[in-house]
Amino acid sequence: MINVQKLAFSYQRSQPILKNIEFCAARGQCTAILGNNGAGKSTLIKCLNRILKPQQGIVYVNGQNIYNLNQNDIAKHMAYVAQRNVRDRLTVYDSILLGRKPYITFEPNREDYQIVESVIQRMRLGSFALRYIDELSGGEMQKVILARALAQQPDVLLLDEPTSNLDLGNQHEVLAIIREIARTERISVIIIIHDLNLALRYCDRFIFLDNNTIFAYGGVEIMTPENIESIYGIPVMVHKVNGVTVIIPTPDM
Amino acid sequence: MRNIVTYQGYIRHKKVLILFVLLIVVLAALVAVSAGSAGLPLKEVLATFLGYGSGQASVIIFNYRLPRVIVAIVAGIGLASAGCVMQCILHNPLASATTLGISQGAAFGASFAIIVLGAGTQYQTLESVSFSNPYVVSICAFMGALLSTFIILGLSHIKKVTPESMVLSGVALGALFAGATTLLQYFAEDVKVAAVVFWTFGDLGRAGWNEVTIMAVATLLALIYFILNRWNFNALLSGEETAKGLGVNVTRLLILSMFISSLIASIIVSFIGIINFIGLIAPHIVRPLVGNDYRYLLPVTALVGSLLLLASDIAARLVLAPIILPIGAITSFLGAPMFIYLVYKGVGRR
Repeated sequence: MINVQKLAFSYQRSQPILKNIEFCAARGQCTAILGNNGAGKSTLIKCLNRILKPQQGIVYVNGQNIYNLNQNDIAKHMAYVAQRNVRDRLTVYDSILLGRKPYITFEPNREDYQIVESVIQRMRLGSFALRYIDELSGGEMQKVILARALAQQPDVLLLDEPTSNLDLGNQHEVLAIIREIARTERISVIIIIHDLNLALRYCDRFIFLDNNTIFAYGGVEIMTPENIESIYGIPVMVHKVNGVTVIIPTPDM
Repeated sequence: MRNIVTYQGYIRHKKVLILFVLLIVVLAALVAVSAGSAGLPLKEVLATFLGYGSGQASVIIFNYRLPRVIVAIVAGIGLASAGCVMQCILHNPLASATTLGISQGAAFGASFAIIVLGAGTQYQTLESVSFSNPYVVSICAFMGALLSTFIILGLSHIKKVTPESMVLSGVALGALFAGATTLLQYFAEDVKVAAVVFWTFGDLGRAGWNEVTIMAVATLLALIYFILNRWNFNALLSGEETAKGLGVNVTRLLILSMFISSLIASIIVSFIGIINFIGLIAPHIVRPLVGNDYRYLLPVTALVGSLLLLASDIAARLVLAPIILPIGAITSFLGAPMFIYLVYKGVGRR
């Protein structure tokens, strides 16, 4: 469970990027952060695990003030998947083992290897565990990055547009894995996502960011045509197709 | 547990590779002790090490050859591991002491000592050329190299520490120091200019046992720091934000690693002059063999650095014996074509 209180952030001598951000996300839930480009979504997610240092606010994870911890201890509670991941000449196994870095003092111990093993099996990465990650496809790479985050054994998983470079099939596969991980591992997942239909399909709660603060926060009931038009500036229709809520933009209708 | 077993086999291969390269370094070191204008067969070298050698062999080996060979090993380890770390923290495959202006800073310091402070009359001995006041030259070279380092770190600190700003400042400083050195030379006497030019060639024979000890201790300490941070370097490969997300204090790692790798390069360059390409090329030779995992890249690169320097030194002493060719020129001659080959073969990954 993550509880964010009165979070505010600005770069030096500039306008505030975030102000008065307050929300909480329960274990096992996926929370989507939505909003226009430049609304501060990535900044918010980076403030949560102190990649950026907010000027104000507190973040509690399971009741513990995360800002009282050093970066290494924060990494034991919160894992972060960046929007862009540099591919390097590391094997899949080594990349996932890197997720154990916050726990490793000099060399990985037996427990570290056991956790990596279980993550590899869970993500079905065994067939290419010793391949270099710069040889992988986009979908495979994203699974490796997720696996590395899972190896951190976090309480909170922060994902910055994990599906933005993936094809349709891989978008659904990766999001289905993320939702399943949230449910079975009881992890709070906070995910930045641009596609509202993907968000509706795989997330439980939604946060709309606008004008540097939270415009609306709640369940599917906040996904109204009025809210969406107010944020994105184009009219939409919200329908149910085979029991699934879908959003159809109608700019010319 | 199938994947662990396969992985441990893969790790075993890497460890065997480290031992294999270590063995080659030891063999190359023996050949280097034996090679030279005063020929010493390998058998006599081994006999001397075991205490059965002739007096003349002992003098040649312990007074001239051995310090030279140990300097090659230590400087190779230091320059290569510093280059390897700089390339990681600066996210730049071209990062090395030369591209960051450290070598040029040292050259300026040495020029200042020789031309302005008059520490530079050189004289020739059996296997090397020495300066009348080598300590003043070394100290000034070290100050010049450190000046470069501090300016880069200072500028980055005033604004924001980014790898790009460090590399760009380094390139600019390199040009500035090169310009300043040229100006000093322009107004100097011919003999002093010759001494400066000679200093910049680089010479492994310049360092005695005291200098060897200083270089070895500094290199060892730097290597320990680098090895303790190998997981952090691996995390940094995935980008700064990912590294922070994995618990790395990126700013501290960047500044300390930059400082230590520059310091080690400065110490080595100030004692033996400018040695090109070792810091740049050694990591690029090793990456296709072991990947970019700093747990293995660092030790293998360090060993390959010393191997390159030993090989260059053997070549420098044998090609036109009894003339010893400048080591810096030989490393460039060996390094540049190899580097171009690696770049065009497409394996010179960061």
